[in-house]
Amino acid sequence: MNILKFFTAGSVDDGKSTLIGRLLYDTDSILADQLEAIQNANRKNDDGTVDLAILTDGLRAEREQGITIDVAYKYFQTDKRKFIIADTPGHIQYTRNMVTGASTANLAIILVDARNGVVEQTIRHSYLVSLLGIKHVVVAINKMDMVDYSETIFEAITQKYKALAEELGLQDVTYIPVSALKGDNIVHVSERMNWYSGESLLHFLEQVDTDVLEQSDKARMPVQWVIRPQTDELHDYRGYAGRVVSGTFKVNDQITVLPSGASSTISKIEFFDKELEEASSGQSVTIHLASDVDISRGDTIVNSSALPQESKLVEADLCWMDTKALDTSITYLLQHNSKVTKCKIAEVVYKVDINTLEKHAADEFKLNDIGRVVLKTADSLPFDFYGESKANGSAILIDSRTNLTVGATMFRALAD
Amino acid sequence: MSKYNFDYLDELEAEAIHILREVAGQFEKPALLFSGGKDSITLVRLAEKAFRPGKFPFPLVHIDTGHNFEETIDYRDRMVARLGERLIVGSVQQSIDEGKAVEQKGKNASRNALQTVTLLETIEKHQFDACIGGARRDEEKARAKERIFSVRDEFGQWDPKRQRPELWNVYNGKIHKGENVRVFPISNWTELDVWNYIRRENIELPSIYFAHERDVITRNGQLMAASPHVNMDEEDVVERKKVRFRTVGDISCTAAIESDAFLIDDIISEISQSKISERGARMDDKVSEAAMEDRKKGGYF
Repeated sequence: MNILKFFTAGSVDDGKSTLIGRLLYDTDSILADQLEAIQNANRKNDDGTVDLAILTDGLRAEREQGITIDVAYKYFQTDKRKFIIADTPGHIQYTRNMVTGASTANLAIILVDARNGVVEQTIRHSYLVSLLGIKHVVVAINKMDMVDYSETIFEAITQKYKALAEELGLQDVTYIPVSALKGDNIVHVSERMNWYSGESLLHFLEQVDTDVLEQSDKARMPVQWVIRPQTDELHDYRGYAGRVVSGTFKVNDQITVLPSGASSTISKIEFFDKELEEASSGQSVTIHLASDVDISRGDTIVNSSALPQESKLVEADLCWMDTKALDTSITYLLQHNSKVTKCKIAEVVYKVDINTLEKHAADEFKLNDIGRVVLKTADSLPFDFYGESKANGSAILIDSRTNLTVGATMFRALAD
Repeated sequence: MSKYNFDYLDELEAEAIHILREVAGQFEKPALLFSGGKDSITLVRLAEKAFRPGKFPFPLVHIDTGHNFEETIDYRDRMVARLGERLIVGSVQQSIDEGKAVEQKGKNASRNALQTVTLLETIEKHQFDACIGGARRDEEKARAKERIFSVRDEFGQWDPKRQRPELWNVYNGKIHKGENVRVFPISNWTELDVWNYIRRENIELPSIYFAHERDVITRNGQLMAASPHVNMDEEDVVERKKVRFRTVGDISCTAAIESDAFLIDDIISEISQSKISERGARMDDKVSEAAMEDRKKGGYF
């Protein structure tokens, strides 16, 4: 059994929280006392049934306003998989929270209201999905009950979205007609849409193979911590602890340490009380080298036969996340895996209107703005492009005056 | 990840170890909050996997309400001896004696809320800049919203409207002096995940998690241990029942469930079939829909 992390994009009006509530409810993931709490709550649907959206709106302010403000994580499990849902807000003023939820997802569910079809918000959410590099998309065309379960309407929306998917370069898109409110095609295939021959949403989520299309095979491990017991019996013990972010390291592999460029051979890979032959993407391990090399936190161990990019100048997509606008005159901190270095925004190349996807020149970069910039860092970064490796191709920007995370960046190209 | 047989528990474990090592790398004076419950016991195992054969780069900190189950304290002391790590105890009784915390009155009095006072005092006294805790997002809906690195202000307060964006696996632990970060490495685990992990790793637990005979009283439909720490009067009828505890907190606010589950396998099948959530047995969450959110804003775990 493995884990599927997905996020949902849509607004309350599209029935996003209802959809999540329905998935939890129909998979028996809501327990009696939680259900009782919902039933006691004041919010009910127009027909008096329980409002499943309350399940996901965890903050007082959200319940008061009936909207999702911040990401909520929800968990459920079937015989096939463990699921982690990032329930993200759909309103444009909470774009940064959607980017947060989307950054760790392998799959996105984009909700489209069958009565309205592809609207500005659909374009915006789909753009964010492509920006964040989420390879698998489900377009859930919701509220089919409100359009008499019409195949014609479903087909029309599907055709319209296909053009958008092509423009955005989304490769794997699946279309499912649903009614979250009535439960059609969520867990069970609906009998009210016999013209639909596909799977239910849950069945699809259980089966989808997210290893396909994923990730670089170039071995990279940012060093987080050096283990040195310094006891009598382990006097010379020196292990480099970290999580492999892509590829596979094997014992005897020739490696290079960046930024120093020193090279060595892997003598041992340890995981607690076990010795491993190899360690692959996702595993947290401890690597030992055959020779003494100066390595500390912030360095990256890479396979010598597949070196990363190394540069102090990089073109990146930037999503601005602070209420204070970007200031090109000040120095920010850039955190790339375990490495922190000073960084300036050398140039704003363009800004994207995320509702229309038009690019235009910009003097300022405000909260929720997204566009292309050139980053100039104090230290050279060993990185891969985001399209190849999310972990080694991304970084956050921190404002050292406030310590807030003010930007999310995705490395796209070398800058001159 | 299927290609090298990396299952969901391996993935959760690797993520938690990564988070623990980030704490070690980013902070000057971190601490691991240890309650004696299964979640913090799981954290200890994860810390062993993250840092052995080295020492933990943090002490264990127990906020002792003084209203403990004996079995938990016994377990704690044996565990600390086995690990050879440092234990710091913050005492709620001492906070009360010094007049910094005021004991609640009445039948349902509990020291749960007082823990916050002692916790904040302990943090200040030892200048901890990060406190690792075993909270999980599946426990409660305010927790479902909290970041893995959750920044608290000088007063320990959580501001849910001003959380830092947390992207990919990059954790921003930068803080100003006086602030601290609560770190939750097992945020993405469910109760069942924890139990499956405990089974897989063959981790010993305090005996109160398993079915045993105990004197209990029924209070607001919940079974409470009949203990000197629980205020009782003539209306309370003491009965002997076969029970176990699903969470381990202050004895005055942790309810037992009737159970025959004597082995971990029994517990896992009991939880899989249960229709009541884990925090359903915590009186402290029953107060209102926003009880947890409000306590967190006040500095609670």
